[in-house]
Amino acid sequence: MRLTHLFFLLYFFCLFNCKQRKPELTKIEGRQIQITDTLQSDSEIEAYIKPYRDHIKKDLDSVLAYAANTFSKSDGKLNTAIGNYMADAIYDEANPVFKSRTDHDIDMVLLNHGGIRSVLSKGPVTKRTAFELMPFENSIVVVAMKGKQVDSLIHYLCHGMRAHPISKLKLVIDDNKRIVEAKIKGQDIKADNTYYVATNDYLYKGGDRMNFFKTNDSLYVLDYKVRNALIDNFKKIDTINPVIDDRFIQIK
Amino acid sequence: MKRRDFIQQATAGTALVALGGTVLQSFATTSSKKITILHTNDVHSHIDAFGPDDGRNANKGGVARRASLIETIRKENPNTLLLDAGDIFQGTPYFNYYGGELEFKLMSKLKYDAATIGNHDFDNGIDGLYAQLEHAEFKFISANYDFSNTIMDTHTKPYEIFVKDGIKIGVFGIGIELNGLVSQEMFKETTYLDPVEISQDMSRILKAEKHCDLVICLSHLGYHYEKTPDKISDLKLAAMTKDIDLIIGGHTHTFLPKPTVVKNIVGKRMLVNQVGCYGLNLGKIDFYFDSNNNVSANGTSIIV
Repeated sequence: MRLTHLFFLLYFFCLFNCKQRKPELTKIEGRQIQITDTLQSDSEIEAYIKPYRDHIKKDLDSVLAYAANTFSKSDGKLNTAIGNYMADAIYDEANPVFKSRTDHDIDMVLLNHGGIRSVLSKGPVTKRTAFELMPFENSIVVVAMKGKQVDSLIHYLCHGMRAHPISKLKLVIDDNKRIVEAKIKGQDIKADNTYYVATNDYLYKGGDRMNFFKTNDSLYVLDYKVRNALIDNFKKIDTINPVIDDRFIQIK
Repeated sequence: MKRRDFIQQATAGTALVALGGTVLQSFATTSSKKITILHTNDVHSHIDAFGPDDGRNANKGGVARRASLIETIRKENPNTLLLDAGDIFQGTPYFNYYGGELEFKLMSKLKYDAATIGNHDFDNGIDGLYAQLEHAEFKFISANYDFSNTIMDTHTKPYEIFVKDGIKIGVFGIGIELNGLVSQEMFKETTYLDPVEISQDMSRILKAEKHCDLVICLSHLGYHYEKTPDKISDLKLAAMTKDIDLIIGGHTHTFLPKPTVVKNIVGKRMLVNQVGCYGLNLGKIDFYFDSNNNVSANGTSIIV
């Protein structure tokens, strides 16, 4: 009996003793493993992704319109065919939305040349085309600006001499970058009139140094992505065939 | 009488055998333990591997490959945690089409244990993040975003304690300042709290109060900012805190040749790691524990 007790005592003592020792961190080994094609793909995961991938592919690649030619933002000096198309498309798609909410019409559109992220290739036009042209998530906003604020917008365009996409604005400058003609929807710009200028949220926040948007009467957020407006426009038209026109030119 | 002696001896004998077995067993399991931490960051919706024509990352990445690698490592060591340091969202049409649903579902299938929140995880607004939570079977950990006035309230925890093979692992999350990075209408009433103070609090709670054997910070602060060295980063946070064994970072898409060894505020060495972006790499940090008192005298050796 005594012997058994002793063993039990030993047993508990030992358990207690072992438990009391806190595990000590003795060694850390760190490395990085590259995910390459030498690794086997997990077939269950692969099968799980497939319907999602197939749906996206089908949706992205279904043909919405045709481009009559390949259009690049580098073709054209102060206005480009692709920029004209994009600015006009934004006007056509955003104006009904804006009008239904505010009872006003958009007066003009200004985007940025750098925001055209790819060429529009001749042939089928798909949603994928819209993602290539406009990979960013920027949305359309309409800024209510007084005529004098529009003047600083025009000043920016005349001095920058870049083919920023515009719609409904006509601008003619001479070889000293002086304004010869500046009209919105065919009318002279009046200092005290309010103009509704559509742009995207990136430019509104001063992107491409477009600081003139900040002084405004009010801002209308349409919750309408630039890319989605392009997709909606692709769906409506059959053939995309824009031209370089006289909306922004320099006369010698 | 004889019979009684026999029983007594037999009992003693059994006790002896049992004792021997227990002693051996308890030392076998407590004397040496290995915890494996696997981690990713800034995967940015890169579910498919890069194609063979990609200019930079041809044939790299891919969730299905990562899954098989993780499975192999888990078979080797079941005491493994899988963590992500944020920016799960945004970067491929998968996000544009499904808003992050597939990202969360796949991370759940890969059995991620926890993730922290990156700035791009607000790209569909805080409501867009909330809407996808039902697809996530892992924890969201964030200690310095106060979500109490937002829809995310109660859906994140400042820290989580995991127990693997008796080792307590405390993981807390730290996010980057959202102002200037994400528009306010996206993050709404989310309040950003000072990452250094919160990290000091968290590491104290996890080490001193909760007696964690291992403390890990899951951070989206960014590795280091060369041009603005005063900006808080993982390297700075590491040097300004104590009791953190590992900072798993993100945000800056930093590719490190190996994990960085940093001396913390009390001069103890710890690790900061980040594995680039887009699911191109998996980080693997193994922590070895020993209950044998003789070993601890030599300190912790770090092999990177």
